[in-house]
Amino acid sequence: MNRSSSWVHEALAVFAKDWLLELRTRVALGAVVLFAVTSVVASGFALAPPSGVPAEVKAALLWVVVFFAAVAGLSRVFVMEEETRTADSLRLAVSPVGVFVGKLAFNTVLMWGLCVVTVPLYLLLLEVPVRSASLFLTVVMLGSTALACATTAVGAIVAKATTRGALFGVLSFPVALPPLLVAIHGTKAAWLSEGAWRVATGDLQVLLGFILVIVPASLLVFEHIWSE
Amino acid sequence: MSTTGKILTGIWTAGAIVAAFLWLPPAQGFRSPEAARIVVFHVPCAILTFVAFLVNAAYSWLYLRSRHPLTDAKANAAAELGMLFAVLATVTGSLFAMEQWGSAWNWDPRETSIVMLMLVYAAYFVLRGAVEEKSKRARLSAAYALLAFPAMVFLIWILPRIVESLHPTNTLFSRSGLDASYRITLWSFFAGLLAVFVWMFRLRLQVELAEARLRQQYHRDAIAEATLAGEIQ
Repeated sequence: MNRSSSWVHEALAVFAKDWLLELRTRVALGAVVLFAVTSVVASGFALAPPSGVPAEVKAALLWVVVFFAAVAGLSRVFVMEEETRTADSLRLAVSPVGVFVGKLAFNTVLMWGLCVVTVPLYLLLLEVPVRSASLFLTVVMLGSTALACATTAVGAIVAKATTRGALFGVLSFPVALPPLLVAIHGTKAAWLSEGAWRVATGDLQVLLGFILVIVPASLLVFEHIWSE
Repeated sequence: MSTTGKILTGIWTAGAIVAAFLWLPPAQGFRSPEAARIVVFHVPCAILTFVAFLVNAAYSWLYLRSRHPLTDAKANAAAELGMLFAVLATVTGSLFAMEQWGSAWNWDPRETSIVMLMLVYAAYFVLRGAVEEKSKRARLSAAYALLAFPAMVFLIWILPRIVESLHPTNTLFSRSGLDASYRITLWSFFAGLLAVFVWMFRLRLQVELAEARLRQQYHRDAIAEATLAGEIQ
């Protein structure tokens, strides 16, 4: 087997193993989805019409909910390895690239799952008029992927720290902020603007660019985080 | 830095400060022309903030390659100085914004980016505080600094091009942007401040080295004491 295909296999194996474990315990899934649903219900309770809250605020709030829900669960993939003391055997079995890509894929799928549950509920409870559904879907897809890409390596750092507590949120925020700001901007466009695709072209480019930059950067430093 | 260097830095910087108040003409076209001279202090602080950020990222990268403890100390010193200059740039900017636009904070993209930069530094220090073991702390914080770097690049260079800004673009290097007297004073002050930056950076490293030496001495004493106690028994 040549090298390029071996890390793909490794990543797939890590991804499958993590989902198997996740579906047995449902810790990350439970934390993320419950956090999101609770906060969506709370904001729906307070902000549903006729409260008169403008859609701009609702766009920001949607991403705040998604981001903090992500913070509740995305470091789990790495923290789990340290807690169950399986990190060492994983280090022996799989190359760092394989580990990182596998965990990144896990987190990305987790974010998509989170959005599949949260976003329709949010739209329903807060009664947001969506002008361009296709653009909104694209922004949600790219935005949640970008958040997963931004925070996966941070999760690896947090897992190594002695006091984990609220560290993941503190460390993720600055790294995740650019995609967060742009996703809010794009969501506003999809909900409110005429010719939304034209308005949001720049946002989509920035989101895509961010993913293309942060993933290689994470891969570069991940080896140093992961290997003792 | 030699004593002559320190004295020269002091005189040079003091000269630039005096020039900013006495030699510069009030800048016409602002709501309070006298207050506009703060730009001479504000811009060098802001530039140094980003210089410190670059220095921090560079040393973080070097640390991951060399694993030398002193390189980690340098990265940390750069981050601390970056935080200091970020606060100075924000305060001077807010003072001017208060005079000019009547509000200290406007969520201008540059204001956003400097707040984010401060958040990155704060997170960096929190991370350093959260890891006990020295080499691990150095490794993780270097990795974090390099992760935050692309995010900051997005905030500093890409965001201001999407959102409108109160800050002028392209005044520093174009001929028409600033009056010659302003340009000269601003860059003179920058040169002085850069020298102060280098000086403080070295002082910080000396403190780090002194701490390491003390710790070593302490361990040596402890070992000597333990051996002595063993011999007596």
